[in-house]
Amino acid sequence: MTATGLREPPLVKVLLIAGAVGYVALMLLLPLGAVLAEAFKKGWQLWLAAVTQPDARASIKLTLLVAAISVPLNTIFGVAAAWAIAKFDFPGKTALIALIELPFSVSPVVSGLVFVLLFGAQGWFGPWLQDHDIRIIFALPGLVLATLFVTFPFVARQLIPLMSAQGRADEEAALTLGASGWQTFWRVTLPNIRFGLLYGVLLCNARAMGEFGAVSVVSGHIRGETNTMPLQVEALYNDYDFVAAFAVASLLTLLAILTLALKSALEWRHRDQLSARH
Amino acid sequence: MAIASAAMPEIVIRGVRRRSSPLPGFGLSLGITILWLSLIVLIPLSAVFVKSVSDGPATFWATAFSPRALAAYRLSFGAAALAAAVNCVFGLLVAWVLVRYRFAGRRLLGALIDLPFALPTAVAGIALTALYADTGVIGRILVPAGLPIAYQPAGVVMALTFIGLPFVVRTVEPVLAEVSSEMEEAALTLGASRLQTFSRVILPTIAPALATGFALAFARGAGEYGSVIFIAGNMPFKSEIAPLLIVTQLEEYNYAGAAAIACVMLLISFAVLFLLNILQRWQERRIA
Repeated sequence: MTATGLREPPLVKVLLIAGAVGYVALMLLLPLGAVLAEAFKKGWQLWLAAVTQPDARASIKLTLLVAAISVPLNTIFGVAAAWAIAKFDFPGKTALIALIELPFSVSPVVSGLVFVLLFGAQGWFGPWLQDHDIRIIFALPGLVLATLFVTFPFVARQLIPLMSAQGRADEEAALTLGASGWQTFWRVTLPNIRFGLLYGVLLCNARAMGEFGAVSVVSGHIRGETNTMPLQVEALYNDYDFVAAFAVASLLTLLAILTLALKSALEWRHRDQLSARH
Repeated sequence: MAIASAAMPEIVIRGVRRRSSPLPGFGLSLGITILWLSLIVLIPLSAVFVKSVSDGPATFWATAFSPRALAAYRLSFGAAALAAAVNCVFGLLVAWVLVRYRFAGRRLLGALIDLPFALPTAVAGIALTALYADTGVIGRILVPAGLPIAYQPAGVVMALTFIGLPFVVRTVEPVLAEVSSEMEEAALTLGASRLQTFSRVILPTIAPALATGFALAFARGAGEYGSVIFIAGNMPFKSEIAPLLIVTQLEEYNYAGAAAIACVMLLISFAVLFLLNILQRWQERRIA
């Protein structure tokens, strides 16, 4: 790549870089700054008061609880799915992968709606649940189910290409040397996929804590009880309590920045262990 | 273990595992996969299709294709297509700069691209509204100039443009990195200008990736809810998106109506997904 004809003139290059940086600054960086600016507009005491207010605290706890239940469940699923798909050959594999990725192309609102149709007051199991005094919709189980649906593909999608690329030679060697199936998994497979797994869990967790549309449909919006952090942001915003809304939003923004930082660090340090490309 | 093996047909377990892989755990892992997939995704999704026709096909038709619903689909899918097209232009620019040039802040730029994936949609929604409302940093300039964005259909396009950028950048980036320099050198030797090389050699090579990125951004945008509802204004027939109409139906306890609209949206999404699969196969053939 030494011939000048293979490069753009320096001026064009500078203009292209300026265009890209300018666009990203305007479209992505500015909204990020707007959240923080609005949150601290009236000083950090008001910010602190807003995020420690009882309803806000309850929403933080609920968000952490929902993520703490749904992320591990989808992680176990993701590892199991990747093990089956990457290490074995069977008919219908492509269709199975397509079905696993299905939730990505479903609107968040529809992802919540499906559980209302099943467990809502007029849903299939609604009357039965009412008779037995079990609450799913407008309660924690509904929030968890909706979150499970929207975060379903994250871990599996990260691991399937990685484990396919790694093949099964390492595991076969371990088994030949006398290791049991579980020993092979814990001592050979898991160390091989640890960074890819972490990457998938990170993205899964970010979505689980930040999901809005799906949980909005199943939550019932009871403050202090069924409002997760994004829902609390909406409730405060609709009350015209902008400082408090942006204060809670700023916590979610910090989560997003932390996620991006960890994700980038993983990409820079362990790129070869994240993707199937060599 | 018993449940897992019961969920799998016996023939598959015996026939395939023994033949192709000496590894254990096929029945267990595939059993967990299919059980979890059915419980969380497939059975709930099937409820939409069953419920949508529960009041008869005439009611389904009347709700799913009412003038208000048609206006909502037009806005959701139209704004998604427009935003995806904008993202194809700027996404390609950003991907090009990230792949081809080395400059200070490149890594930061690369990391920032995924912000729309990481930032909760509700936060994006209120942030964009704060910027584009008539009191906001950008709105203060645009509104007096006669270009209002917040509380207009344009606001929907703006929110979907924010959401869709990483889809195009992340799909185009790896393909752009693999365009061989030999091809570009050949074009140069044959007397092509840099611009001709770009439009006749590079662009056709990355076209499938660009199309895939468009489809991904479009599919995501059409169903998007959180980032849109704050900035859209939500006026029926004017700035009401289809997912919001589903929520409205649910709040009126019209489950069948909500399911009918969801059903239309799902079918369109599946069609896009199908198209996407064809595109990806096209892309793989191009690279091979």
